[in-house]
Amino acid sequence: MITLSNVLVLAALLFCISVAGIFLNRKNILIILMCIELMLLSVNMNFIAFSYFLGDINGQIFVFFILTVAAAESAIGLAILVVLFRNRNTINVDDLKSMEG
Amino acid sequence: MIEQTVFYIFSALLLLSAGLMITVRNPVFAALFLILSFFSTSAIWLLLEAEFLAIILVVVYVGAVMVLFMFVVMMLDINLSALREGFARYLPIGGMVAISMALSMVLVINAGEFGLASDTVQRHSADYSNTKELGATLYTHYLYPFEIAGAILLVAIIAAITLTMRGARSSKAQKPGEQVAVKSTDRLRIVKMKVEKTGSDREQDPVTESDQEQESI
Repeated sequence: MITLSNVLVLAALLFCISVAGIFLNRKNILIILMCIELMLLSVNMNFIAFSYFLGDINGQIFVFFILTVAAAESAIGLAILVVLFRNRNTINVDDLKSMEG
Repeated sequence: MIEQTVFYIFSALLLLSAGLMITVRNPVFAALFLILSFFSTSAIWLLLEAEFLAIILVVVYVGAVMVLFMFVVMMLDINLSALREGFARYLPIGGMVAISMALSMVLVINAGEFGLASDTVQRHSADYSNTKELGATLYTHYLYPFEIAGAILLVAIIAAITLTMRGARSSKAQKPGEQVAVKSTDRLRIVKMKVEKTGSDREQDPVTESDQEQESI
């Protein structure tokens, strides 16, 4: 017997691990993108858990749309990364501050 | 009981692979651990009776998005040591932020408001189709968002291709505008010049040329 809070705690821990990953690998855009994927995954797990325990299919529809947008986001992010690497020959975040933002 | 065991096994696998993903040195291994965490998540989703999305996660995410990640990781020639510096420096603050966030979230979630147990959930019969119900909802109530999702994917395709395409100008394409606008004077130019050599000189030409070649050698 698993409870709703079991799944929610699992998703929360996963989210915190990916936040820590962004902190630790803050030089590497590639790992940061992967951590964002992991964050979206943990949010999706919340949706699935509520959908299951409340008996409502609409949560799964939301996960469907989040997966779509996440796929689009990672494709564009990787494209930007490839262009960046081609022009600057680095993916180090510290070397990419020419706009001084 | 067996449900709980499966849940805990895959949860442990998921958290372990996520932790390894953020700490491992090589980005290739990071991508592989991310794939492992997707697989274990998919198993948990199967346990929560979201069969269609579990399979979609494996097929679309592991099959397409993570392969894209692997392509990019292996295509880029990354200087690993430069990217790793600062890892130890940010470990304390990153760990502190994560732990405090996890503590606060877990305290909120375990407050007793979320105690719905899986044995109170009404189980579906064996011939229940998750895909069928998902489709029935998606294509009726969510038809307009569904089409917007398709448009978002189209925008992503166009954006990714235009970002990474470096000019297909090497191909020999026609330019019809210039072809139509051309004038006869652009194509043929008549040059007036006087005659340089007579017919009797032409026979001696090969001889003189070969002589010059020998001299040059």
